[in-house]
Amino acid sequence: MTVLDSKVPGGPLEKKWDQHKFDLKLVNPANKRKFSVIVVGTGLAGASAAASMAELGYNVLNFCFQDSPRRAHSIAAQGGINAAKNYPNDGDSIYRLFYDTVKGGDFRAREANVYRLAQVSNNIIDQCVAQGVPFAREYGGMLDNRSFGGAQVSRTFYARGQTGQQLLLGAYSALSRQVGEGNVKMYERREMLELAVINGKARGIVCRNLVSGDVESYTADAVVLATGGYGNVFYLSTNAMNSNVTAAWRAHKQGAFFANPCFTQIHPTCIPVSGDHQSKLTLMSESLRNDGRVWVPKKKGDTRPPEQIPESERYYYLEEKYPSFGNLVPRDVASRNGKIVCDEGLGVGSGQSVYLDFADAINRLGEDVVRARYGNLFDMYHHITDENPYKMPMKIFPAIHYTMGGLWVDYNLMSTIPGLFVLGEANFSDHGANRLGASALMQGLADGYFVLPYTIGGYFAGTELEDVDNNHSVLKDLENQSTEKTNKLLTINGKRTVDDIHRELGKLLWEDCGMARNEAGLKDAKEKIPKIREEFWQNVKVPGEAGEFNQELEKAGRVADFLEFGELMVTDALDRKESCGGHFREESQTEEGEALRDDENYAYAAAWEFQGVDKESTLHKEPLTFEHVKLTQRSYK
Amino acid sequence: MKLTLKIWRQKNAQAKGKLVTYQLDDISPDMSFLEMLDVLNQKLIIEGDDPVAFDNDCREGICGMCSLYIGGRAHGHETETTVCQLHMRSFDDGQTVTIEPWRAKALPVIKDLVVDRGAFDRIIQAGGFVSTKTGAPQDANALPIPKQDADKAMDAAACIGCGACVASCKNASAMLFVSAKISQLALLPQGQPERDKRALAMVHQMDMEGFGNCTNEGECEAECPKAIKMTNIARLFREYYRATFTYEEQ
Ligand SMILES: Cc1cc2nc3c(=O)[nH]c(=O)nc-3n(C[C@H](O)[C@H](O)[C@H](O)COP(=O)(O)OP(=O)(O)OC[C@H]3O[C@@H](n4cnc5c(N)ncnc54)[C@H](O)[C@@H]3O)c2cc1C
Ligand code: SF4
Ligand code: FES
Repeated sequence: MTVLDSKVPGGPLEKKWDQHKFDLKLVNPANKRKFSVIVVGTGLAGASAAASMAELGYNVLNFCFQDSPRRAHSIAAQGGINAAKNYPNDGDSIYRLFYDTVKGGDFRAREANVYRLAQVSNNIIDQCVAQGVPFAREYGGMLDNRSFGGAQVSRTFYARGQTGQQLLLGAYSALSRQVGEGNVKMYERREMLELAVINGKARGIVCRNLVSGDVESYTADAVVLATGGYGNVFYLSTNAMNSNVTAAWRAHKQGAFFANPCFTQIHPTCIPVSGDHQSKLTLMSESLRNDGRVWVPKKKGDTRPPEQIPESERYYYLEEKYPSFGNLVPRDVASRNGKIVCDEGLGVGSGQSVYLDFADAINRLGEDVVRARYGNLFDMYHHITDENPYKMPMKIFPAIHYTMGGLWVDYNLMSTIPGLFVLGEANFSDHGANRLGASALMQGLADGYFVLPYTIGGYFAGTELEDVDNNHSVLKDLENQSTEKTNKLLTINGKRTVDDIHRELGKLLWEDCGMARNEAGLKDAKEKIPKIREEFWQNVKVPGEAGEFNQELEKAGRVADFLEFGELMVTDALDRKESCGGHFREESQTEEGEALRDDENYAYAAAWEFQGVDKESTLHKEPLTFEHVKLTQRSYK
Repeated sequence: MKLTLKIWRQKNAQAKGKLVTYQLDDISPDMSFLEMLDVLNQKLIIEGDDPVAFDNDCREGICGMCSLYIGGRAHGHETETTVCQLHMRSFDDGQTVTIEPWRAKALPVIKDLVVDRGAFDRIIQAGGFVSTKTGAPQDANALPIPKQDADKAMDAAACIGCGACVASCKNASAMLFVSAKISQLALLPQGQPERDKRALAMVHQMDMEGFGNCTNEGECEAECPKAIKMTNIARLFREYYRATFTYEEQ
């Protein structure tokens, strides 16, 4: 085991980033043209990075698997984006945003990175407004803010319920301008399958052209992955259908360490699963908990309709257990308690849901006020479930939503492979063991607009790079491997579909490595995953051919990677015997059943090194020190 | 529920396509339309047939990826709804449902129900942006924008780029899509400096891509899942004519 060097610059916290920017060597403007960069991903992180680097003069090659960069999964974010502007004058500051994020992450993030994130948060809002992003405004013409995710200040900027869409379209417009000017070459419907590491540096990628099926190689002086999160390893999640771990996993197999894979976030208010046909889960904004009351019947197997269950026979478990925060406890606490009551047999509907009841709010405020606040969410719920939430309580259940883990990066956002940078949800950097609401959009844009464009220059200015073209033997070998793997998938011709096996993996992980984890369950999962993997390679059925548009083949490749990655997730969860943030180890809880951290033994980021499929990965630790935010146990009682 | 599906099958861009009939028995009314297609595809795969290709990603009505022409209507029969938000309970047991791709010269079929919408990206690349660089723009609140303007800009900005407007228009016009972006930026102060140039460049690119003209039929507005209004097209015309009179390329 080695100790990882995070390359955090010295000096006082507030000065680190400015000093570092000053210390980074610069690439002279005329020379920037000579450098090329591959950016995989066009979400908030990828599009903002590709556009900003092209503006600086680099040659950018940008890839995504959708038919247009504008459709990256970031488009689906609803709630908003945080910044420390303090426009409402309610006491917010860069320091407070930093503090809240470190604490919210349950002390498993790097202080210096988080501080920088808070610092650049304000530039993001300025940048987006300059692009014409139509944020919500007050009558006076100033930007409107709301509070989000339990924060005590209003620091969230939003564009109706479509903040992610508007921010992404802003970044996409900047990207489109650069494509139009010829500074970015855009490759849509391409799936990166391999990372090429040549003489120890990331220098290229191998892709499948999803339309023709051709295997294509591209080279550059550096590679940036902004490929999103891996929540779909659970099969059901709130992520878009095609989100996957392949790019990150392939880089991991080439030597990039994977950090904290077991840190996943479960969102408490999603629409429950309605049957085996379910393909994905839909998130209902967290803001609903401001006025909705969560309850289940006190009696097991009580099948009476909710309105016939008298007040005295209802169990408002959040209000009873957490009198001071009540229904507004953080995401992880709300989710876990929902699971506990369902495990006790108190769940409603299918047994895997709880009520979120607005009857009191409607009585107190009137239906009109409730409609004004939540109208579109109520409509969405009604549309999907065919039940009217004005008349009967909603049914909700937690769902996988976000992944804090990701490829390990240093302060410069560079992975353990020189020249491989990782941005956005795909890296592990800023959210520790739990992400606060409205902070993922902030991080993606911070990485892409304001961090990488500087740090990548430092890398180029200080690195010798020899000429490489796509006939290099490393690329040829990777192309052959890809082709072989594809042919293998197409010839197994077994009896089970890709989805069927993916669902089996997802169910197992949800049971054993989901909202609550324990040693026995994790060991069980660790034994079972290799068997599912074997089943896949023996018995999957992938139709069609390699040289054509073939969506089942795309899925098969992604699930093959999830089947390897899932095992690492479980390994990481086994290693971390403490509870923290989204990672709840049943063995490590307080007397009241709350998550209990073990700072003495686990105040580190776990960075895993790949040793081979079916071999144990090696753990490397990045020790985390907290100089500014005092380590405390969270309490919401 | 039982259903009879008639689905457009076309192996690739060059091949000739045709409608093929499929029967499904066990459809739950709680399924979404795309989950119903998932069920069909799982069945086809196990039976050794080629599954039906269709685009989709978010399944929440926001990414604009899904794009099916169902029973002669873009995104099916419900208003302000994308295909991925349609549920089977709004169909009848025993119903026959025809599913086709978008049809327009500028949006060619790639396979089955999947089309190439690259033309939309190229129109945006021609001018659908504000030319600002990442860096140090002024403080966001230094530019107050009246709420009603911001709201109107947001109404237009809600376009998801799905292409239903083109698919439902007998002229295969992309006017609603193009006008949504032109309106958003014309309504905001940030969009003013490039207002003329933008209108000319985007309309020019739209023509080059082979989209038809607008003859005020209104199907686009009726079928748009995001309620983009034809008043945006009127604004596009105003912007465009204004620009033809006043703008001179240096
Ligand atoms: C329903 C929902 C609501 C949310 N709401 C909020 C919110 O209100 N506020 C907030 O802050 N966060 C929110 N989040 C989280 C946030 O949206 C995401 O974390 C963030 O958008 C991720 O951005 P990204 O750029 O890292 O990746 P993504 O947007 O996921 O983009 C990934 C990109 O990588 C490409 N890609 C991936 N793999 C490959 C490959 N192998 N080859 C080629 N291309 C590839 C994809 O094509 C895509 O372009 C929400 C998330 C969900 C699911
Ligand atoms: S205007 Fe409406 S129909 Fe046309 S692309 Fe935009 S959202 Fe789709
Ligand atoms: S799949 Fe995203 S809008 Fe339908």
